[in-house]
Amino acid sequence: MTTPPTASLAPRSGLPVLRTLRLLGGGWLVRVSAVILVLFVLVAALGPLLAPQDPTFGDLENTLVGPSAAHWLGTDQGGHDTFSALIEGTRTSLIGPLAVVLSSTVAGIAVGLFSAWCGGWVDAAVSRVLDILFAFPSLLLAILAVALFGKGITAPVLAMAIAYMPYTARLVRGLTVQEKTRPYIAAYQVQGHSPVFTAVRRLLPTIGPTVLAQSTVNFGYALLDLAALSFLGLGVQPPTPDWGAMINQAQAAILQGQPLSAIVPATAIVVVVVAFNIVGEHLGDRLAGRES
Amino acid sequence: MSARLETARAVAVAALRRLAGMAATLLVTSFLVFSSLYLAPGDPVSFLIRGRSPDPQELVALRHRYGFDKPFPVRYWNWLDGVLHGDFGQSYLFHQSVAAVIWSRLPSTLLLVAVSTLMIAVVGVGAGVVGALRRGTRTDSAVLLMVTFGAAVPSFVAAIVLRSVLGVRLGWFPTIGNGTGTLDRLHHIVLPAIALSVTFMALVTRVTRSAMLDELRREHVEVALSRGLPRRTVVRRHVFRNALGPVVTVSGLLVSGMLVSTAIVETAFGMSGIGSLLVQSVDELDFQVVQAIVLLVVAAFVVVNTLVDLLYPLIDPRVAAAGSAR
Amino acid sequence: MALLDITSLRVELPGMARPVLDGVSLTVSAGEVVALVGESGSGKSVTARAALGLFPPRADITGDVRVDGTGLVGATAAELATVRGSKASMIFQDPRAGINPVRRIGDFLTESLRLGQGWPRGRADARAIELLGAVGMPDPPRHLRQYPHELSGGMLQRVMIAGALAAEPSLLLCDEPTTALDVTTQAEILAVLGRLQRERGLGMLLITHDVDLAAATSDRIYVMYAGRIVETATATDLFAAPRHPYTRGLLESTPTLQGTLDRLTPVPGVPLSLHESTPGCAFAPRCRDARPGLCDQSPPLLEPHGSGSAQVACFRAHEPLLTTENER
Repeated sequence: MTTPPTASLAPRSGLPVLRTLRLLGGGWLVRVSAVILVLFVLVAALGPLLAPQDPTFGDLENTLVGPSAAHWLGTDQGGHDTFSALIEGTRTSLIGPLAVVLSSTVAGIAVGLFSAWCGGWVDAAVSRVLDILFAFPSLLLAILAVALFGKGITAPVLAMAIAYMPYTARLVRGLTVQEKTRPYIAAYQVQGHSPVFTAVRRLLPTIGPTVLAQSTVNFGYALLDLAALSFLGLGVQPPTPDWGAMINQAQAAILQGQPLSAIVPATAIVVVVVAFNIVGEHLGDRLAGRES
Repeated sequence: MSARLETARAVAVAALRRLAGMAATLLVTSFLVFSSLYLAPGDPVSFLIRGRSPDPQELVALRHRYGFDKPFPVRYWNWLDGVLHGDFGQSYLFHQSVAAVIWSRLPSTLLLVAVSTLMIAVVGVGAGVVGALRRGTRTDSAVLLMVTFGAAVPSFVAAIVLRSVLGVRLGWFPTIGNGTGTLDRLHHIVLPAIALSVTFMALVTRVTRSAMLDELRREHVEVALSRGLPRRTVVRRHVFRNALGPVVTVSGLLVSGMLVSTAIVETAFGMSGIGSLLVQSVDELDFQVVQAIVLLVVAAFVVVNTLVDLLYPLIDPRVAAAGSAR
Repeated sequence: MALLDITSLRVELPGMARPVLDGVSLTVSAGEVVALVGESGSGKSVTARAALGLFPPRADITGDVRVDGTGLVGATAAELATVRGSKASMIFQDPRAGINPVRRIGDFLTESLRLGQGWPRGRADARAIELLGAVGMPDPPRHLRQYPHELSGGMLQRVMIAGALAAEPSLLLCDEPTTALDVTTQAEILAVLGRLQRERGLGMLLITHDVDLAAATSDRIYVMYAGRIVETATATDLFAAPRHPYTRGLLESTPTLQGTLDRLTPVPGVPLSLHESTPGCAFAPRCRDARPGLCDQSPPLLEPHGSGSAQVACFRAHEPLLTTENER
């Protein structure tokens, strides 16, 4: 009893976007999340071009108005247009986490590869250092950085990159230790290739996808941490628009029963983080399925 | 009989080794916290007295603790010695010793963390168990939905939602402050505790559900059922009991996350506690308080995780055997 | 009355091409050892578990399973509780997977007595020590306080046997009790099982893929393939003159001390998976005696053949013995 051959999974036509979506796989939820993320990235890139008004302009005659033709999502305490602030805030809110994840991933890969490749006491020493770093929560380090260097996002981003690095480093180290025992690595060494060559050309592509999956989820955490920092007034400073800062500024409005200027950025944060989590977990599942 | 004594001795040795490791970690982390001051621009003493005018005795004391008149290791040692005796320096904002300021605001934060932990334990673990036992049903889908969103709702978002809906709109709970008197304090703490627990509850539910699903598949569960035990007993004694391990491990990590999140929740609800003190001190350039709080949070994390490591063999005896065989 | 009486048991799982069990009937009486032989995927483990009312989740079950008169199909939890442990009990294949690693051996042995039947701890512990002695463990009081990881595989299987006997069942189901053990330990465990069976007059259903093991230990044998019983006979008769081509194939493919290695013939093909079904005899695709037009139309029924209660399910069974090569 044979089953008829299934239709080929590689679409021959269709927009590149749709083709990539089909490659990504997963159910409708994953695809919707991916689309949402792409949308937000586009908004971040185009930012000021899309905002109908200047969010730093406070129209004091129209504070705390509800949704209207002039202000699609209303205004906040100071008369700033919520919709424009949301759009321009996308860039600031997404760039910080991106910087954190990029730097911590690169540093983590370097440290993890180095540690696992050297083995012996170097590996043990690095592991102890990582253990110590694990004891420092990322938000706490960010707050300490602000205490030392002043408010803003440069210092916190660096501090958070240091806090996130051990997670990637430990993952990379574990994977490398496993891969190192495989014969193809020894084959490269016998052929006389330098360790760096072997690591970059052969190890990285193998462990890359798993690291990517974890980094995607980390992006969500970094976003939450930086938004929290801005909420505390320690991160992005006004008048630069930022989702976390927007929520902070809306606190008085909440007490007056007008939470819209807080709910809008809050929803944005939750939606983006959920989307990252869904896509990241799906990537992780696919890789696990592929390897099993 | 001597075999049992052997195992007991091995367990004790492993525990001592673990405690020594903890002491070493505490030493290194305290050194890092101490040294962080020197990362600040300018010289440490002028950094500490920014925007203030301390009297000459305080200046001398500061120079002694942090200045350049002694070699670095000695300065660290003096500082550590002070810390171990409860001397964390002076708070300029409050004109008191840092220790006194922290001590006065600690109970409020501890109460908040305690209530949150209770919520996380009951609701988080409970939801995970229910989801696993009713896997694939609508109840389970609800649990998974709660997990996905809970993981994405940070405490400040939960805070504003709770405040605006349950506080302002419905008026069921107060939205600001600590309250006075036991009942009033508990009333005030409900919303902040929920805001604090949301993310961690989601994590605990996810881990519990996953661990329970793993254990439900094990053959010893079927064996127990085959001996005529009621299903409820088997789930309690063989599924839940075995699933505890990962849950306990996760709780160790939760502690530091929760402590740091108190900064957000206490600030959002206008409560007075260690978290809001931290933010206040950063705002007011009161670095010695900041340093002390960072040190305490990190130390708490190290100690709690060591305790979890030490307790783990009680949950899973195989770990104890592996430890002593080393 | 038979201890275990399975009549036309049919177990179907949603989404599968064929039933897991397709009209299985077998009996086990007190004092007799019955073997159920088949490859993995034949349904033998499902049959054994049916004897305890442990059916796969979401399964559609028709037919009858009776243990000492109590019907198990559609039984309530209370009815099942009266059977499990006290009338029928099971020994599982891998004791390391079957005994909870975070609880002590004593807990494993006494759990069903204390929590299922309300025995006081002292009496339960005394019975546990007695059972450990009966299965040949050297130091019962010490073993009570040990954890499973402190014992070897063979000792753990003895503990598993002791646990099965705790509530004094009269029917013992053994699901591949020695497969997970090394060869010398296998012999020890079989000796323990044999001794206990004789001493207590237990009815025993032995599930195994090892035809020789079945022949050496059992009174009667059922041979199973693709969810159906294809042959049953006394051990001696089956071994001497197997009637079903599958049984012959099994016997021809296992080496013995008498035969010579170059005369081994494996059964070609692979067993029928749950996603495949055939209109006729399930074994026909692999059978060298299959005749098109006869064996592929409808499934053959179990019919009496030869002496006693021997039965075989093959359209060509009544013909004189075919293919004389490799006959024993």
